[in-house]
Amino acid sequence: MAQPSLKVITRQEPGDSAEQALYEVRQKIYPRAVRGWFAAWRWALVWATQLVFYGSAWLTWNDRQALLFDIAQRKFYIFGLVFWPQDIIYLTVLLVISALSLFLFTAIAGRLWCGYACPQTVYTEIFLWIEKLIEGDRSKRIRLDRSELSPAKVTRKSAKHAVWIALALWTGFTFVGYFTPIRDLWHEVWHGSTGSWATFWILFYGFATYGNAGWMREQVCKYMCPYARFQSAMFDRDTLIITYDPERGEPRGPRARNIDYRARGLGDCVDCGVCVQVCPTGIDIRNGLQYECIGCAACIDGCNQVMDKMGTPRGLIRYSTEHALERKLSRAQMFRRVFRLRSLVYLAILAGIVIAAGVSLYLRVPLKLDVIRDRAAIAREVAGGEIENVYRLQIINTTEKAQRYEIMVSGLHDIHLAGPAEIEVGAGSSLIDPLKVRVHAEREHLTPGTYRIEFEVRAIGDPRVKVEEKSVFIVR
Amino acid sequence: MSQFSSSFWDIYIAVITLVSVVACGVFLKMQSVRRVAGSGSETTGHTWDEDLGEYNNPLPRWWMWLFYLTIVFALVYLALYPGLGSWKGLLGWSEVGQLKQENARAEAMYGPIFDKFAAQDIVALAKNPDALAIGQKLFLNNCAQCHASDGGGSRGFPNLTDNDWLYGGEPKTIEQTITNGRNGVMPPWGPVLGAEGVKDVANYVISLSGGAADSIRVARGREIFAKTCFACHGADGKGMHAVGAPNLTDKTWLYGGGEPTVIETITKGRNGHMPTWKDILGPAKIHLLAAYVYSLSHGAAPPGQ
Repeated sequence: MAQPSLKVITRQEPGDSAEQALYEVRQKIYPRAVRGWFAAWRWALVWATQLVFYGSAWLTWNDRQALLFDIAQRKFYIFGLVFWPQDIIYLTVLLVISALSLFLFTAIAGRLWCGYACPQTVYTEIFLWIEKLIEGDRSKRIRLDRSELSPAKVTRKSAKHAVWIALALWTGFTFVGYFTPIRDLWHEVWHGSTGSWATFWILFYGFATYGNAGWMREQVCKYMCPYARFQSAMFDRDTLIITYDPERGEPRGPRARNIDYRARGLGDCVDCGVCVQVCPTGIDIRNGLQYECIGCAACIDGCNQVMDKMGTPRGLIRYSTEHALERKLSRAQMFRRVFRLRSLVYLAILAGIVIAAGVSLYLRVPLKLDVIRDRAAIAREVAGGEIENVYRLQIINTTEKAQRYEIMVSGLHDIHLAGPAEIEVGAGSSLIDPLKVRVHAEREHLTPGTYRIEFEVRAIGDPRVKVEEKSVFIVR
Repeated sequence: MSQFSSSFWDIYIAVITLVSVVACGVFLKMQSVRRVAGSGSETTGHTWDEDLGEYNNPLPRWWMWLFYLTIVFALVYLALYPGLGSWKGLLGWSEVGQLKQENARAEAMYGPIFDKFAAQDIVALAKNPDALAIGQKLFLNNCAQCHASDGGGSRGFPNLTDNDWLYGGEPKTIEQTITNGRNGVMPPWGPVLGAEGVKDVANYVISLSGGAADSIRVARGREIFAKTCFACHGADGKGMHAVGAPNLTDKTWLYGGGEPTVIETITKGRNGHMPTWKDILGPAKIHLLAAYVYSLSHGAAPPGQ
C-alpha cells in the first residue's frame, strides 16, 4: 500500500541547510458544488441520517419518549426495551459491531464512512449548501472574501453565520433531547428555564457543530480524526479507492473540442482543474492516493461532467483498485475480488456477533436477581429443630409496570422458605427482600457443612420471565 | 520533622513547577521551526527503517496556539488553586471545604424528608410504607451485620422479630437503645458456685421453660437461684428490663438453651455489647430505624409484601 506521507529518500549530503516551518497558516478551501451519482448518494445519506437524528427524538412510545438515554436514572429507553447498567454488555456489542462494520466497509471500498455518513461530512455538506445559497458558489465566495469590507459583504456574511448558528443550536438542542425528555426541554427553552447543565450541553454541542462544520471542516479529518489515520491499515490492493487513471489521462493539457487530441499526443485529461476545485480537502487526486482523501467521490462526479462535455467516456477518475490498475482487470474481475478472504472473514465474524446479539436480545428476561447470603448470621437453630439461613434477594423489575413474583428454593430435600414466597416489585425498580430458608437437618441427615442450593424467581402470570441464581446453605 | 515544618520544600516545589511550565513554552518555540540539512528538502529529516522518510505536513498555526494556551491555562490554574507549594490559591478552594459544601447541599436536599418523619409517632410510622422502605435500607446498611438481614439475630445478637425484649419494646425504649447502645453484662458465677452448683442452677433454669432436667438438681438449683440469680432475673425468673436481664421462662435463648451452653453462660458470664449510634446516624434516622425495628415484631409487612 502506498503510504503517501512516507517515501523512500536518498541520504542527504550535508551542505546547505534550510529553515522549515512545522506549523503554517491554513489555506482556506472553497469547495465547488458538484452534481452527480455520488453526490446524490451523499445527499440521500444526509437526509436519512438527519431525519433520524432530528426526528426520532420526538417519537413517543407507551406515553414516554421512544428514544431516551436517561443518565441520571441510569436507564436507556429504546422503543419497547429498557436497558439498565447491568446491560452494559449490549453497548459493548454495539460498539464491536460498529467497529467490525467499519473494517468490512473499509476493506471493500475504502473510506465509505468518511465520504458519505460521518457527521463531519454530513454537517459540512449542509453548511456548504447554506453557504452556497447565501454567498454563491466557489468563485463568488473567493471574490467575496477578497473584496473590501462593504455593507453587502457584512450582510451576506452575517446572514450566513446567523443561519449556521440557528441550525447548530437546533442540533445541540436535539442532541440534549436524547438525554433529557425533549418535549419538557423545549418547554424549558421556551420559558428560559433550562438547567445549567442542559444549557451548557446545548451550547457546547451547538458550538461544536458550528465550529466543526463551518470553520474547521477538512482540518478535523486531516489533523484530529484518528480513524482517518488508521484506516490505511485496513486497505489492501483490492480495496476500491478513488483513482485517477494516468495511462488514460496523461499527458494532460488543454485542447480545442474538435481536434484529434490523440494525434497530438495528449491524453484524456483536459487539465480543467475541476477535480481540485470540488475537493473538500483541497488535494489533487491526480497525484495518487493521499492521506487527506476522505473518499467522497466529488472529483469523480466533477470529472464525469467534463468528460460528458468533451465527448470522451466517463471514468477517467473512478472507483478502482491497485490490482485492477496494475493488471488491467475488467470491472467484473475487479468486483469479484470483493469476495476475498479478508472481507469474508470480516463478514463471518460480523454475522456471528450480530446473530448472537439478536438471539441474546430476544431471550433477554426483564428481571434480574442477585442473591447475597448473610455473612453475620451463619446458621441459626429455630423451633422444631430446623436450621435457618438468611439471604438477601435483590430483585430488579426492568419492565415498565409493577409485577408480582414467586420465589422458590431448591437443592435439598424439604428445603423451604419461612415466610411469604410472593413479592411485588414496582415498575422499573429494585427491591431487597431479606429471606429465611429452613431445612430440618437431623431429619435430612445433614452433617455440618455447606450445601449448594438454587433460588428461582418467576413472574406470576408470565412463565417465560424467570431467573435462577445459585447460593449455598450452611449447616452447623 | 524539619522537612515538614521548613518552608524550603514549598519553595523548591514551586520553583520546579514554574520552571517546568516556562520550559514547556521555550521547548514549543524551539520545536516549531526546524533546520534541515539540504536546501529545499520536503521531508522532516526523520528516517526509519534505513530509508523511509517523512514528508513535512505542517499543522495549522492555530494548533500551535492551542499548545501555548495550555501554558496560560497552567499559570492561571496555579494562581487560582493550591498547587504552588503552600500557596492557597486566590479562590480559597480546598477539598475539605468542597466536602462540607456538598454535605450541606445533601442536608438541604434530604433533610426535609427525614424532618417530616421525625415529627411523627413511631407506632404510626411503623405502618407507613415509605418510612419502612427508608428504615429497611438503614437497617440493612447498619444493623444487619449483627442482627441479620431479617432482624432475626444470631447467637449473642438478639432476635428483633419475636416481641421478646431484653430492655423493653416500647417505641421510646427502642429509640433509646439505638441512640445510646447497651452493655448487657452477666458476671461469671463459676468461682462462687463451684462446678456442681453451676450444674444445679443450669438444670433449674432449663426447667423454667419446660426443658428436660434432673429433678434433684432442679430442687437444689432453685435454692441457689433464690439466693443469687433473683437479683437480676427476678424471683420468678422473668427477667428485668431495667438491667437487660433476660426472661428465663420463655423458650427464647440468646446464647443457646442446651445444658452445656447454659453451664458455660453461668460459669463464665456474658458480655453483650450494642454500640451507640447517635453520632453515626443522628436522631432523625434513628427515629425511622426505631419505627422499622418496631414494625418487625408488630406484624407490618415489609416492602413488597
